Amino acid sequence: MSAVIDNHGHDEHAYHPSGLMRWVTTTNHKDIGTLYLWFSLTMLFVGGVLALTLRAELFQPGIQIVNPEFFNQLTTMHGLIMVFGAIMPAFVGFANWQIPMMIGAPDMAFARMNNWSFWLLPVAASLLVISFFVPGGAPAAGWTLYVPLSIQMGPGMDLGIFALHIMGASSIMGSINIVTTILNMRAPGMTLMKMPMFVWTWLITAYLLIAVMPVLAGAITMVLADRHFGTSFFNAAGGGDPVMFQHIFWFFGHPEVYIMILPAFGIISQVIPAFARKPLFGYASMVYATSSIAILSFIVWAHHMFTVGLPTAGLLFFMYATMLIAVPTGVKVFNWLATMWKGSMTFETPMLFAVGFIFVFTMGGFTGLMLAIMPVDVQVQDTYYVVAHFHYVLVAGSLFAIFAGTYFWIPKWTGRMYDETLGKWHFWLSMIFFNITFFPMHFLGLAGMPRRIPDYASQFTEFNMIATVGAFGFGLSQLLFLYIVLKCGVFGKGEKAPARPWEGADTLEWTHLPSPAPYHSFHEQPEVK
Amino acid sequence: MNSVLGRLIGGLLLALNSGLASAAYQLNFQPPVTRIASEIYDLHMLMMYVILAVFCVVFGVMFYSIYAHRKSVGHKAEQFHENTTVEIIWTVIPFVILIGMAWPATKTLIAFKDTSNPDITIKATGYQWKWGYDYLKGEGEGVAFLSNLATPQDQIHNQKPKGENYLLEVDNPLVVPVGKKIRVLTTANDVIHSFWVPAFGIKQDAIPGFVRDTWFRADKEGTYRGQCAELCGKDHGFMPIVVEVVSPEKYAQWVGDQKNKATAAAEDPNKQWSAAELKARGEKVYAANCVACHQISGKGLPPAFPPLDGSAIATGDKKKHIDIVLNGKTGTAMAPYGKQLSDTDIAAVVTYERNAWGNKTGDMVQPAEVKAVRK
Repeated sequence: MSAVIDNHGHDEHAYHPSGLMRWVTTTNHKDIGTLYLWFSLTMLFVGGVLALTLRAELFQPGIQIVNPEFFNQLTTMHGLIMVFGAIMPAFVGFANWQIPMMIGAPDMAFARMNNWSFWLLPVAASLLVISFFVPGGAPAAGWTLYVPLSIQMGPGMDLGIFALHIMGASSIMGSINIVTTILNMRAPGMTLMKMPMFVWTWLITAYLLIAVMPVLAGAITMVLADRHFGTSFFNAAGGGDPVMFQHIFWFFGHPEVYIMILPAFGIISQVIPAFARKPLFGYASMVYATSSIAILSFIVWAHHMFTVGLPTAGLLFFMYATMLIAVPTGVKVFNWLATMWKGSMTFETPMLFAVGFIFVFTMGGFTGLMLAIMPVDVQVQDTYYVVAHFHYVLVAGSLFAIFAGTYFWIPKWTGRMYDETLGKWHFWLSMIFFNITFFPMHFLGLAGMPRRIPDYASQFTEFNMIATVGAFGFGLSQLLFLYIVLKCGVFGKGEKAPARPWEGADTLEWTHLPSPAPYHSFHEQPEVK
Repeated sequence: MNSVLGRLIGGLLLALNSGLASAAYQLNFQPPVTRIASEIYDLHMLMMYVILAVFCVVFGVMFYSIYAHRKSVGHKAEQFHENTTVEIIWTVIPFVILIGMAWPATKTLIAFKDTSNPDITIKATGYQWKWGYDYLKGEGEGVAFLSNLATPQDQIHNQKPKGENYLLEVDNPLVVPVGKKIRVLTTANDVIHSFWVPAFGIKQDAIPGFVRDTWFRADKEGTYRGQCAELCGKDHGFMPIVVEVVSPEKYAQWVGDQKNKATAAAEDPNKQWSAAELKARGEKVYAANCVACHQISGKGLPPAFPPLDGSAIATGDKKKHIDIVLNGKTGTAMAPYGKQLSDTDIAAVVTYERNAWGNKTGDMVQPAEVKAVRK
């Protein structure tokens, strides 16, 4: 375990452009990770403002703030921006910062491509934002872009499609980079089955991305061709089938859901053992469970389409396959519990978010099981029940894991401890307001309120009001997060972080690197026993 | 911190309490009125109990651990990990529970898909943004009508108090007899819609160019309300479905009324109408079909929905005006109305549009002219 790190930089790396050009031309995985994280935080606030506008309109029945057409643009853009702009880039940011440090590599395998895959994202995001200002406005067909509605849209849809193409290219490049880095650049002695869980989950996620992003690209390219080049992929009058779009989209879309949750599982699997001061209970079974979830994700897509009129045999197959996912997901949750069991736990902010993650993510898992049961799904498909379900897994799941990861690693990234009191406030406010926002939506969905409607029947008023109040509380609480990360990340304030601030953290970045991690780390690879 | 938390929770409870005071809102599915809907209700309840049990066990363990195995109470971490027996147990138990859930779900699913031997077959067609119903087979064969949102625009825009069935009311409800197996064929004219009546436990997407089917047998008379469940554009939230389930006698009478109405409505296509008659009828047709996009003021919602007031088409060549109403305009949201509206209705609405707001062409369109453009 030698690998002493030279904190003062090596001669061949002495040239650092400064100012803006440092960020534009950087090939350093830490800089690029930082860019990804700030980009995704920006997009989180953009998507959040759209969401709050929606919730404001839905505060009471009647049309008050936005007209129905613009409302649909807002729902669509909220979805696209949060999925492709906030959650996915945040995890890539974590991958960039953490994977090289956790496997003892000096940088990512393809440093220049890494730069390119980040800088594509602001371009794509600009296209999305510009689409609001073209005639006809932004795409308004829902983030799922179902045809023929997406065929009806104005030029905003074309901008949206190009944006998705670009983001897809960025994701594929990022994934190739991650796979190559993990498979080729691990420190001597770090076998695959000795890799930290976060690295494992990202390896699997990267394969999922490479497999499905081209599928999405194909689907939206066909939409583009149907819109402008007279093809009839999805037009029944020309021999096409609108339902085929849904099959292709969800063949991408379901693995996409796991792309957004597997890295979260990885983060949680690092945080829980660190704060329980106890090794992860079933490392091998966690690896197998993650792989099973990834494989199953390819054979369950049609559970998003239980109401399109599939044949009975198809419905049964997709129902059973979907229910099966509960088994490996259960294994993961039980493993985390067993890791906590008889540990010596402390509850700093990362641990709070991790435990909060398990609690709310499991609730999202329960409703997911409910949705797997086809006859029940028929009742709640396309209602607020589904809205509640996927926000429980994506906000309380992915986003809380991102928060947990940020608090966990920010001492390593910035060399400063975050403000623990404010961090705890951030957790409790987020947790409480999240549930005030989304829990009532289960009731709304069961009672029969469809999703994506700008106005609703009077019996849905009370729960919508509660949800709106919760949403504003949740949104405003995130300003606290912004303040906390700005304070240690940009202004460099706060207590100086030791190399290993968490007693139970034992991966290479804690044991071998000082805080903040030097610009170039692991110039010589450590030996892992 | 605790006092703030306490206040927050207190506030939430108060909010919930005030909600409980008004009887309208509900926590669960609507009361089922078909066998399938009640099976779905029971399935959901069964799942809820299982989920609650699992919830209590899993989080009971978690919160006990959080309470007992803290560093602050001096608990020392044990370093155990990997235990094959435990891991097999927690893989097998969920699997067994899942099989227990899959069994009743499979039975309901198979019954849900069995659309054979219906008493009455009705085709439901989704339009942007209304439903059309055609009685294809069984008692009532030949009856056909459109079903529009009946809630007035001024309620939606908060100029008048909202009615009891705000957004869940239509001009012509679907009427079916109680206790009969009704097969619903769904299709759509433009984009995908979804035919959903929660009390019946059915939701079937309506896909343009394809026909899908579902079925229900309502056990209780009454009025049941649903909505389009698939995002279908601007007025997705404004195309409700209302089904009236009536006794067989009442149904027979309703069918008779519909047939009489149809005969009465079969106007002489060569009748010459007066301008006032056309304008009065046109205003109604406009309010039912055009107002959502082109607005009551005729100003539209540009750029997607252009104004008619002062537009080149509505003040220019009559033939072009008739043509766009009949055939729509491809590449825009303007739908073809040729199949939905009669010659007389189209003549009336075109006349109305040419003479309403600032448009003062002074001309009128007779049904015969529409007929001529149709060819």
